[in-house]
Amino acid sequence: MARVPIAEGIFTGPDDDPRLIGSRCTGCGIVTFPAQGSCPRCASTEMAEHRLAPRGRLWAWTTQEFPPPSPPYTGPTGDDFVPYGVGYVELGDEVRVETRLTRAEGLETGMEMELVLVPFRTDGDGNEVVTFAFRPVG
Amino acid sequence: MDVAIVGVGLHPFGRFGDLTGIDMGAIAIRNALADAGVEWRDIQFAFAGSYEIDNPDAVVAFLGLTGIPFTNVYNGCATAGSVLSLAADTIRLGEYDLGIAIGMDKHLPGAFTSDPRLYACPSWYGELGQFLTPKFFGMKINKYMADHGISSQTLARVVAKNLRNGALNSNAFRRKPMSEEQILGARMLNHPLTQYMFCSPDEGAAALVLCRADRAHRYTDRPIYLRASAVRTRRLGAFEVHSPWLPIEETPGPTVDASHAAYEKAGIGPEEVDVIQLQDTDAGAEVIHLAENGFCADGEQEKLVADGDLEIGGRLPVNTDGGLIANGEPIGASGLRQVHEVVLQLRGQAGERQVPGEPKVGYTQLYGAPGVAGVSILSV
Repeated sequence: MARVPIAEGIFTGPDDDPRLIGSRCTGCGIVTFPAQGSCPRCASTEMAEHRLAPRGRLWAWTTQEFPPPSPPYTGPTGDDFVPYGVGYVELGDEVRVETRLTRAEGLETGMEMELVLVPFRTDGDGNEVVTFAFRPVG
Repeated sequence: MDVAIVGVGLHPFGRFGDLTGIDMGAIAIRNALADAGVEWRDIQFAFAGSYEIDNPDAVVAFLGLTGIPFTNVYNGCATAGSVLSLAADTIRLGEYDLGIAIGMDKHLPGAFTSDPRLYACPSWYGELGQFLTPKFFGMKINKYMADHGISSQTLARVVAKNLRNGALNSNAFRRKPMSEEQILGARMLNHPLTQYMFCSPDEGAAALVLCRADRAHRYTDRPIYLRASAVRTRRLGAFEVHSPWLPIEETPGPTVDASHAAYEKAGIGPEEVDVIQLQDTDAGAEVIHLAENGFCADGEQEKLVADGDLEIGGRLPVNTDGGLIANGEPIGASGLRQVHEVVLQLRGQAGERQVPGEPKVGYTQLYGAPGVAGVSILSV
C-alpha cells in the first residue's frame, strides 16, 4: 500500500524525516504556513519557499471529541472516529502552526513537540493518505 | 447628526418548523414599526442582514414595495452589528430621517461549516476537519484559563446564569435552568467546553427603527440614543478562527479595537456602563470578552463570576435576556437582539429581567468568524 500526502506542497516526503513547507516574505521576513503567494503583512509578492523547524512548544490546544461535519471532513466517522488533539505549535521564533496532535490526553501548554506524519484515511485506490501532526517529545 | 432608536421588535428565537426566515423577519419588522408608531411606508431606507437568506430584502413582498434603498448585508458573525452601524451612519449622513435595521436567519442544528476555499483556506484544512469553529473557541478559552487562572466552575456558572436569565425571557430558545453539575458533567466537545457550554445555531429575527435624534420625540417619549457603533476586523497577529498559522507577534482582537473606537466616539468609559450584552458563543467567550471590552482585568473574571457581579441584580449585569446561550444564534438577528434587550432595559420595560437602579448606559458586543467584532453604546 503506497503512502500519499493529503496534499502536495505542505510537507516534504512522505518519509521519515519530514519538514513542513511554508513561505517567507523576502520583503518583511514574516513566515506563513502553508506557503502563499503574497504577504499578509506588506503585500509583497516576493515569497520564498521556507522549510519550518520540526520541533517546537505547544502554544494552545484542545480536543476534538466529535467527528467534524462532512463535507468537508473526509476522515473516519461514526464508530471509526477516534478523538484527537488539535492545537498550535510554536516553531522557533518564526511561526505558530495549527496542527493535529497525536493524542487527546496528557496535553499541557509549553510541552516540547515534534513533527511526525500519521495515517489519516485510505483513499479509493487503497493508498494510505497521510497528514502531518505533532507529538510530545519523550 | 445624532441617532435615536424609537422602535424595537423581535420574532422569538428557537426552532419554528416551516416558518421561513423571511416570515420571521416580517413579524419582527411589524413589531418594531408598531413600537415606533409608524407604518412601513414611513420607512425611508433599510438594511437587512442574514447568513442563510440570499435576499432578506424580499421581505418587502409582505410589507409594501415602496422602492426605498434596501441593502442586504452579510459580514460573518458581526452581520447584525454591521447592519446597525450602516443604518446609523445613513442617518448621520443627514439625507434620511427614518430607517430600519433588520436581521433574520434560520440555521440547521449543528456546527457551521462550509468549503474552506471560500474563506482563503486550503482544501486539505477542511478535509482534515480543521475548518470548524467550536475547536477554535475550545483552544482560545483553554489557553486563557491556563494563562489567567480561570476555572471550569466559572464557565459552568456563566452558563447557569444565562439559562436562569433565559427562563425569564419568553422570547428565548432555552428556558430551563440547569445546575452547574449538569453543565460540567455533560458530554465534552472541545476541552474544556462541554455540550451545554456552547450556544446553538437556531432561528429568529429582530428589527430596530432608527431616526434623527432631534426628531425622536415624534415617535416616542423614551428615545434611546445610539452614542456609538463600531465594526472592526482582525489585525495581523490576532488569534482568530480559520487560521492555519499565526505569527509570533500577537495583537489584540477586533473586539478590543471595536470597543476602543466605540468608547472614544461615545465619550463614555466602561465604568459608566449599567447593562451589558457580550457575545457568549460559548461560556469562555463571555469570560474573555469581559476583559476585552474593558469591564475587568484578565483573571478578575474568576472572582466577578463567583461573587455574582454579572447577575441581573449585580454590579455588572451581563446578558440579562440569556445571551446566545439561552437564545441561540441566528447570525443575522443576534446582534440586534442584544440591542433590543438593552433598549428595553434602558426604557425600564424589561419586566422580571429589569436591572434595578434605572440603568442609563448600555453596551453590546458581538464577535466571531472570520475575526470581526461590532460594538454599540446606547444611553437614555
